[in-house]
Amino acid sequence: MAHQLSLDVNGRAAHLTVDDPDTPLLYVLRDDLGLHGPRFGCGLGQCGSCTVHVDGQAVRSCITPVSGLKPGARIVTLEGLGGPDRLHPVQAAFIEEQAAQCGYCINGMIMQSAALLNENPKPDETAIRQALAQNLCRCGTHLRIVRAVRRAAGTL
Amino acid sequence: MNAPLLSRRNLLLQGGALVVGFALSGRNAQAQIFAPVATDGFSKPVAPDQVDSFLALGADGRATIFSGKVDLGTGIETAMAQIAAEELDLPLDRVTVVQGDTALTPDQGPTYGSLSIQKGGVEIRQAAATARARLVQLASERLGLPADALATENGTVRPKSGGKAINYAELVRGGRLDLKVDPAVATKDPATFALVGKSVARIDIPEKITGRFTYMQDYRVPGMVHARVVRPPTIGARLESVDEASVASVPGLIKVVRQGNFLAVVTEKEWAAVKAAGLIKATWSKWEGLPEQDKLWQHVRATKVTKDDVTSSTGDAEAALGQAARTLEASYDFAIHTHGSIGPSCAIAVFADGLLTCWTASQMTHALRKQLAAMTGLAPEAVRCIYVEGSGCYGRNGHEDAAGDAALLARAVGRPVRVQWSRADEHGWDPKGPPTLIDLKAGLDGQGNVSAWSSQFHVPEGAAGNVPLVAADLAGLPHETALAPGNVIQNSALPYAFPNVRTVCHRLATTPFRPSWIRTPGRMQNTYANEAFLDECAAAAGADPLDYRLRALKDPRGIAVLKRVAEIAGWQARTPPVKEASGDVLRGRGISYVKYELNRTYVAGVAEVEVDRGTGRVRVPRFFVVQDCGQIINPDGVRNQLDGNVIQTVSRVLMEEVTFDRGAVTSLDWASYPILAFPDVPEVVSDLIDRPTEKPWGAGEPSAAIVPAAISNAIFDATGARLRSVPFTPAKVKAALQAT
Repeated sequence: MAHQLSLDVNGRAAHLTVDDPDTPLLYVLRDDLGLHGPRFGCGLGQCGSCTVHVDGQAVRSCITPVSGLKPGARIVTLEGLGGPDRLHPVQAAFIEEQAAQCGYCINGMIMQSAALLNENPKPDETAIRQALAQNLCRCGTHLRIVRAVRRAAGTL
Repeated sequence: MNAPLLSRRNLLLQGGALVVGFALSGRNAQAQIFAPVATDGFSKPVAPDQVDSFLALGADGRATIFSGKVDLGTGIETAMAQIAAEELDLPLDRVTVVQGDTALTPDQGPTYGSLSIQKGGVEIRQAAATARARLVQLASERLGLPADALATENGTVRPKSGGKAINYAELVRGGRLDLKVDPAVATKDPATFALVGKSVARIDIPEKITGRFTYMQDYRVPGMVHARVVRPPTIGARLESVDEASVASVPGLIKVVRQGNFLAVVTEKEWAAVKAAGLIKATWSKWEGLPEQDKLWQHVRATKVTKDDVTSSTGDAEAALGQAARTLEASYDFAIHTHGSIGPSCAIAVFADGLLTCWTASQMTHALRKQLAAMTGLAPEAVRCIYVEGSGCYGRNGHEDAAGDAALLARAVGRPVRVQWSRADEHGWDPKGPPTLIDLKAGLDGQGNVSAWSSQFHVPEGAAGNVPLVAADLAGLPHETALAPGNVIQNSALPYAFPNVRTVCHRLATTPFRPSWIRTPGRMQNTYANEAFLDECAAAAGADPLDYRLRALKDPRGIAVLKRVAEIAGWQARTPPVKEASGDVLRGRGISYVKYELNRTYVAGVAEVEVDRGTGRVRVPRFFVVQDCGQIINPDGVRNQLDGNVIQTVSRVLMEEVTFDRGAVTSLDWASYPILAFPDVPEVVSDLIDRPTEKPWGAGEPSAAIVPAAISNAIFDATGARLRSVPFTPAKVKAALQAT
């Protein structure tokens, strides 16, 4: 059953058709819109690598069916958060701290942290670790990630 | 975002008058080369004895480095660029690194074993130094000046006394260097290094941080379709029937591919493939060939031994055990682990004109090429594997298997096929770190020193080389499975000077799952048993564990890392168990040491633990680590590896264990195979001992080796209970506490 979609992704309107209203947002962003920020990790909402912002909230796009999005929902991906010429403070801090190894999880780390800082601009280390408790990293880059978030919050 | 269709020949001709092939600008440029059209003339050399195999100097003043070793997220792309730029006297931003492309890069061996810098980097250094010497020679001929009157600087050769500088491109215009790598070539004096030894920022990080990086999972080719594999419900099940009608309604279904026990669905769009893989109805035979998990160690003990490797033999260990004042005996075991890549494996393959091209995140594209050739019946020359960085793999995970799946499917549907594994595919079907069992005996003399040491390690027969591809296995296609013994027996022998030692590795004919390597394979398990059992000896002798090691160690670089870690950890001489308690929490510290493979990188570490005696839960709040890997290329990169090794291994040691029933893996997601999360990640306090005039050694694995024993020893210090079975779960800790 074809499903018409109108999305606001990174400030641009996108109109498209999906075959299946259950299609998770992740597949629309990656396969229809060609975005690389949100990543497929588990499809179960367990690892966080697919995280995007929907109306400012960190959301797991791999378990978010497009049919469940509110009309006019504003979706921001890592690409829309900031680019090479206009880095978001969290992105700038991740580069400054060299906070990546393979970097596959980093999309989720940045999107989750940016959402945290919107709500709590000066989180302490415990709050940062708690906010990222459901974001998995296998390379063991956690300490640099925490430092980067502290740097972005101006508390390093 | 689809890559432009560029044949290799076109690309080379675009390079036109370029000196050696061509130079590429921009990252991921190599991945844009479409097909292996190498039959008509210009072909780039890849023989590992040729300078042109490793580097090309472009007319634009840039250099392209061709590295057989690939960046798996460890930062070696940047490190290789540093090494080459240093030796060529080029600015770092004028160097591009092409990695792991069988048509373009020399075969420098798989990217494993902590050998990228030590072997791959040194080969690139020699090629670059040979090229630089030739450039000076060419300038010398052109200018009529002796070579020692010339200097290289910023991509030019210039007279030291002043005068016009000549660009490298002018010197080699119109031809290749056509030069053999000179292994004896003079490389730069480390005292003059401008880039090596510096914490240069990683080349790949800005794109990864802004979502502009193209991982294997992002890669697309024109006309590509999507596939999901449908694995058997048990490892040995036979496919009896498939009900194709069960997926007929899936939009854009192209084909249900069945070959033997291999089953997959191919669709126009990716989500449709996910849906179809979930919907498809198939019947499979029953199979129950796995051992019972709670009898795993009996199973390992009962497994046929194909041969024994005696890895060290000094004096007469058996006789000395008989004469010892005191003897100790213990068995250690280490669970089956999965790689746990955050991004499940992915690959793309296309057949065109009798040639197979495969884009893959494989750590071993040259070996994979042989496997794909065997599986498809093509000549290896008709197969090209192109590395595209994927999610970190930490060893041989499912990347190569996904490539096999893609190759089979591309031929079946006649279009480029992208295969993306699911989370359950990855957890269930990547090859596993094998279960390891170690029996040890020691004898102490009257002073408590080790007078006899005898150990037996139960490790797989084949633990390196080419792990059989799942697709070839399921489809009944020919295998190229040159499994090699590998280095899993390394570090079974000891770095200590004991008088009577015998260490033996029993090579097991089979393991429950396809064995492969996961970060620090064998060396981790062996070091764990040795360093924890040595701690048992120290405790029996009433000795401080640091002092006990130092008095048996003769190697000054080993002594240096142990003393340095004691310093940064503020180690106070102790006779464990100290059992420092506050309420229900017991605190302790443990030390551990390795000389990797007894011939390279030195690491020492101190773990701090907190054990909750009520719940049995262990936390590692802090870990101190000191490493000497000789000449350091990028200190920040090495520290990143130390963090990673420590944190990943704390996770493995405290939490990780593959679970299975009689038919298959049952830990198929992150809930059933949990890994360490942010709240429990230890602080890592690290220090590096840099030795710029020494050889550069590996840093990707060694520091993981010391972690399990340091934790086990710290738990003993905290509680008096000895943990000898990884993972140290709350249940095991509680049982051990009750037994003390």
